[in-house]
Amino acid sequence: MSEAINFHYVVDGDDFTSAGEASVDIKRKLRQLGVDPAIIRRVSIAMYEGEVNMVIHADGGTVDVNVYEDKIEMILSDEGPGIVNVELAMKKGFSTAPDYVRSLGFGAGMGLPNMKSYTDGMQIDTKIGVGTTITMVVNLK
Amino acid sequence: MKIRDIKELLNAEVLCYEEGLDKEVNSACGSDMMSDVLAYVKDQAVLLTGLLNPQVIRTAEMMDMVCIVFVRNKKPTEEMIKLARQLEMVVLTTDLRMYNACGRLYSEGLGSSKVNGEV
Repeated sequence: MSEAINFHYVVDGDDFTSAGEASVDIKRKLRQLGVDPAIIRRVSIAMYEGEVNMVIHADGGTVDVNVYEDKIEMILSDEGPGIVNVELAMKKGFSTAPDYVRSLGFGAGMGLPNMKSYTDGMQIDTKIGVGTTITMVVNLK
Repeated sequence: MKIRDIKELLNAEVLCYEEGLDKEVNSACGSDMMSDVLAYVKDQAVLLTGLLNPQVIRTAEMMDMVCIVFVRNKKPTEEMIKLARQLEMVVLTTDLRMYNACGRLYSEGLGSSKVNGEV
């Protein structure tokens, strides 16, 4: 069993214009690794939503993408305010994003539900005032 | 139709990646809300939008789109064009408003394909 290939990204929370850079990069890396394009799309959309969330809500954070033989795992960690009500946050259309975010084309309350629908597994660990870690898995087989 | 046909139909200006004009595309979508593009769009090759920021280019890339049309004569920044060129994406800009631009393409046969969640 070979070891996982890891890609680590620091997501800058200060500048919305850079949001999504890591996801664009991971898409290129996965193409270079020869991953199935349908899988790449699911991974990159889920990560992109997570990355944008991180910039909007948590002042940035880190993303680790681990490519295993049988799955791709994404771990998004931030030291933001935490998610008050995860069940509510998972509802389509529910958003706590400020209005300026909607003028940028985001904040429709589709991020978390979308991340769940594009992945085979998603776990949210969140603590108020401490931060949030979201782990997502997309199976390769 | 080809991206070149879209350019003609919308009387659009090519802002980058002219090499891609002969690519064949079968479907398109129009939205200013990138959240909705990410959630509802499936297999559309062309994005028409009036939103102007780098996330438009990145969102299109995530969805494997090959062409972005900015409506209402919006002009992306040099930085956005550079990003689109790197990603081999044709960027067009047209004077037309969203409704008219979509209508012209739709009536010429560029459909909306299948959208997630659509009945």
